[in-house]
Amino acid sequence: MTRRSTLLWVARHALAIALALMFLGPLVFIALTAVMSDRQALTSDLWPHTWNWGNFAEIFEKAPLLLWIRNTLLYSVLATAFTLVSSIPVAYALARFRFRGRRLAFLLVITMMMLPPQVVAVPIYLIWARFHLTGTLWPLILPMLLGDAFSIFLLRQFLVTIPRDYSDAAKVDGCGEFRTLVRVILPMARPAIAAVALFQFFYCWNDYYGPLLYAGTDLDNWTLSLGLAAFRSVHRVQWNLTMAATLLAMAPVIIVFFFAQKVFIEGVKLTGVK
Amino acid sequence: MRGNLRALLYLSPWLAGFAIFFAYPLVSTVYFSFQRYDLFTLEPVGLLNWEYFFKDQAAWTAIRNTLWLVVVMVPLRVLFGLGVAQLVTRIKAGAGIYRTIFYLPALVPVVAGTLGFVFLLNPGTGPVQAILSAVGLPAPDWFGDPAWSKWGLTLLGLWSVGDLMVIFMAALLDVPKQLYEAAAIDGANGWRQFVSITLPVIRPVLMFALVTGVIQTLQYFTQAEVAARVASGATDSAGSSFTPGYPDQSTLTFPQWLFQQGFRDYAMGYACVLALVLFAVAMVFTLILLRQFRGLGEEEA
Repeated sequence: MTRRSTLLWVARHALAIALALMFLGPLVFIALTAVMSDRQALTSDLWPHTWNWGNFAEIFEKAPLLLWIRNTLLYSVLATAFTLVSSIPVAYALARFRFRGRRLAFLLVITMMMLPPQVVAVPIYLIWARFHLTGTLWPLILPMLLGDAFSIFLLRQFLVTIPRDYSDAAKVDGCGEFRTLVRVILPMARPAIAAVALFQFFYCWNDYYGPLLYAGTDLDNWTLSLGLAAFRSVHRVQWNLTMAATLLAMAPVIIVFFFAQKVFIEGVKLTGVK
Repeated sequence: MRGNLRALLYLSPWLAGFAIFFAYPLVSTVYFSFQRYDLFTLEPVGLLNWEYFFKDQAAWTAIRNTLWLVVVMVPLRVLFGLGVAQLVTRIKAGAGIYRTIFYLPALVPVVAGTLGFVFLLNPGTGPVQAILSAVGLPAPDWFGDPAWSKWGLTLLGLWSVGDLMVIFMAALLDVPKQLYEAAAIDGANGWRQFVSITLPVIRPVLMFALVTGVIQTLQYFTQAEVAARVASGATDSAGSSFTPGYPDQSTLTFPQWLFQQGFRDYAMGYACVLALVLFAVAMVFTLILLRQFRGLGEEEA
């Protein structure tokens, strides 16, 4: 290595390490505050004087956390399952079939994906009010039976990259269109399906706007995000407990990410255009 | 003809979704924008809601704040994301670990991340204040000072830049190596290479990131709402008197004002006027994006 390239190497790693500290800093800070005493959380001391592991038990007494977790799981699991069932055939048709209006349909999917959800919020709210479903999470779950634009888009972007030869070969062997999709295409599309499922699951897990609009005033119907945002004020609890609850909400996402990092990264790449 | 029917069958869930959750509500929004409606009484009021929009101070404050975020936060995120991506693609040993660390905050639930940030930047409780003062920089009360609150949100946006970084990394790794080698022979290096080779090749990806960034920022809601709630210490339950925008309407965004009007004050007719304004602006940027995709729908099949 020349002297110049050694210097460059050192400079790059120094910069990267500094950045890493900045990216990790807030997470470490949240974790440390979560185990502080309530007194210490209000000072700018960084290292816990005493390690109050009891904080994690206490948050479950202060708020209906278990109910919130249950509601959040119900929302995330059902919405993800519904999304996959309804979006895969649509994405397949957009990627493979030749039909009139195919391009228009794809452009409309992108338009729906991009449109701010607030634009059509009032009439949709009124639909659910008519069915007496406001005050529940169903208005967020049921529409997923009719496809999710972002998931359709992502799946379609992956499906067009699968060479046609595979499905042609299956058809020569006498497979119908539907069996080709299930037997040949779906197994090949497993990485994209996994990415869509993870994205949708965590979108729901993290969603705040949707539950704020529909979950209503009854604390028992709230999700984790909704409860977390109100945690400090509603229960007049201290920052250390708020950070303990924050850590609890982040934990599943971070754990899953470490196991499925590749799926996430490949999925994010699919969202970019080339 | 059989092909069209089969396509119709596969597309049917989405077609129903398009009609029920997009086409009908859009038409309905136009209708309600000429009504006064509070969930109980419906009364046609002509152009009254539209006239009120031009006199609604808070709506224009919200528009200014949202524009600020579009003009400042979006470009900063793109630049920062590109910088981080450049750095990681240049590093060989340990690049995977850096990528993981830089991407992680993008996955943190928005509410959790915002809570952490407000606490971190709070002068009384977080270390940021102390660090800034120690090196002689101004140490503002980020989420408590109207002059700094949007910068606080911008910092939060830069922290979760991971998704952009991943997209840019993929684009940078796609730039053909020979181009750099040829340029190096011609004596161009560093900045010259970046401007004359890297930028032209990744331009479509940069454009995509900018346009989608603008559209996402037009919907900016959760971070502003949660930061204001926590920083103001307002008690929160649906139907409470919390007004978003703390401090001093400095973080009030357009979608928040729409939400407040439609679902807290139940001025649903007026909320539909705001919705149509948002639709018009978002549509302009969506059309720019669609132009990028126009070629894409055609290339295969």
